[in-house]
Amino acid sequence: MRATVLVRPKTGILDPQGDAVRESLRHLGFAVGDARIGRVVDLELDDGDPAAARAEVERMCEQLLANPLIESFEIELDTQ
Amino acid sequence: MTGREPRPTIAVVVFPGSNDDRDAAWALRALGADAQLVWHGKDELPPESSAVVLPGGFSYGDYLRCGAIARFSPVMRAVEAFADGGGPVLGICNGFQVLCEAGLLPGALRPNASLSFVCRDVAVRVEEAAAPFTSRCEPGGRLVIPVKHGEGCWYAPPELVDDLDRAGRIVLRYEPGENPNGATADVAGVTNEQGNVMGLMPHPEHAVDPMLGSGDGALILASLVDAARDRMPATV
Repeated sequence: MRATVLVRPKTGILDPQGDAVRESLRHLGFAVGDARIGRVVDLELDDGDPAAARAEVERMCEQLLANPLIESFEIELDTQ
Repeated sequence: MTGREPRPTIAVVVFPGSNDDRDAAWALRALGADAQLVWHGKDELPPESSAVVLPGGFSYGDYLRCGAIARFSPVMRAVEAFADGGGPVLGICNGFQVLCEAGLLPGALRPNASLSFVCRDVAVRVEEAAAPFTSRCEPGGRLVIPVKHGEGCWYAPPELVDDLDRAGRIVLRYEPGENPNGATADVAGVTNEQGNVMGLMPHPEHAVDPMLGSGDGALILASLVDAARDRMPATV
């Protein structure tokens, strides 16, 4: 099973990378209101049970993949 | 200093990617401590340690988030136990990031608002002059100490900043106009609730000799050496 974790800076957290990318996109002529930059973590999991896998990835996020003070996370499971 | 004062042992942790460990050890030795480098893979600190320094650098390549992986090093369990027992722990730059990630200090360190790596002297104000980190400083005094970091923008939510301020836990603030990274409330250094763990972005170990620009960092490190000496078992 595969899991994708999306980690984002929380609303209100200064994201200078996102600001720089937004300005660059505007220079290229794109109408961009805001840009935020996060992180993608692709994981390969041994667990075959989706509920157990999700719970496991949540623990990974809480312990390491995201810092709850400044980041939120979202988990997508691919059970194929 | 008489030179006859006992030399307290201060453990300086070395993570893969630390690069200010030897400077910190050199400065602590010059200020009267017996600094010992301790590899991050060790489960224990030297038993006679009476203070710990987590030095600057780029532990684990700053992968994921600065300090996020180093906090799980075996030696960090010993550092946490040492801090729980009231032992003084000072985190400098990357060491500050590690302590925040480990939950030993409040807040988090984000990329500099400018997105630029900043490397220059900054002036900070001593908000709290007390043991174990700033006892040799004047309250309200101005210290000039270099910073060199890409991710030193300390962040905490406003209500937490107010709590820290009221509790006297914001020990160092960048002087007006000197904030090099966009840190919330100009915070350059904070402590834990008990006051025995502190992190700061400026590098006191790079400012211990006026010949190299400033000796102000020695006030912080010598305060730590004093505190470490006070914790040494009495030898009669």
